Amino acid sequence: MFNNIMLLAMFLLSISLIITLYRIIKGPTIHDRILALDSIAYIIIGIVAILSIHLNSHAYLETILLIGILAFLSTIALSRYMERGVVIGRKRND
Amino acid sequence: MSSLGVNGMIEWIVIILVLFGTAMSLLSSFGLIRLPDVYNRAHATTKSATLGILSILLGAFIYFSFTHGVSSIRLLLAIVFVFLTAPVAGHLVTRSAHRYGTPLAPISVQDDLKVLYDQQVVKDEQERPVDADN
Repeated sequence: MFNNIMLLAMFLLSISLIITLYRIIKGPTIHDRILALDSIAYIIIGIVAILSIHLNSHAYLETILLIGILAFLSTIALSRYMERGVVIGRKRND
Repeated sequence: MSSLGVNGMIEWIVIILVLFGTAMSLLSSFGLIRLPDVYNRAHATTKSATLGILSILLGAFIYFSFTHGVSSIRLLLAIVFVFLTAPVAGHLVTRSAHRYGTPLAPISVQDDLKVLYDQQVVKDEQERPVDADN
C-alpha cells in the first residue's frame, strides 16, 4: 500500500508536469516560459524525492541539490538577460 | 504496510506529507494555466510549489531518518536551499517582467510601480553618457 501511494503521488506530479509543459508551449510572453521552467524544476525535485522513497535508497539525493542549484541559477540568468541584456554586468561608475 | 507501532505511524506521516505536497503542486499547476497574467501566475507557482516541495522533502527526510537511521545532510541542505531560493527566483522573474514592459491583465486596476520605474528610466538615461565616456 505504501509503495502504491508513492506511485500515485508520482503519477499526479507527472500530470502537473504535463500541465506546466502546456504553459511553456503556449505561453504568450517569455516570462511565462521562464516561470514554467522554474516550476518544472521544482516538480522534478519532488519526483526524485518520491522515487528515492519508493526505491528505498538514498543514492538519489544529490540529484535534488543539483537540480535545485541549476534551476535557481538558470532562472536568475534568464531573468537578468531579459531585464538588462547582459547576464553578468558590473557598474562602471566607481 | 506493517502494522507495527512506530514504523506504521512513520509511514502514515510520510504518506500525509507526500500527498499534501503533491496536491499543492498540482494546484499550482492549475493556477499556472488558469490565471490571466504573468504576475498572477508567479503568485500561483512560487508560493504553493515551494510549500509542496518542502512538504515532500520533509516527508523524505522523516522516512530516511526513521527507517534507515540516516539523517541525510544533503536532504536537509536541499530543504534549506529550496526554501531560500524559490521566493527569490519568483521575485526576480516578476521584477524582470515588469521592467521588460509586460502588460498587466486587462482586469487589473492599479499599477503602483509604473511611476517609479518611469523616474528610474529617466535617471538612467541622464547618467548614461558619463558611463560611455569611461
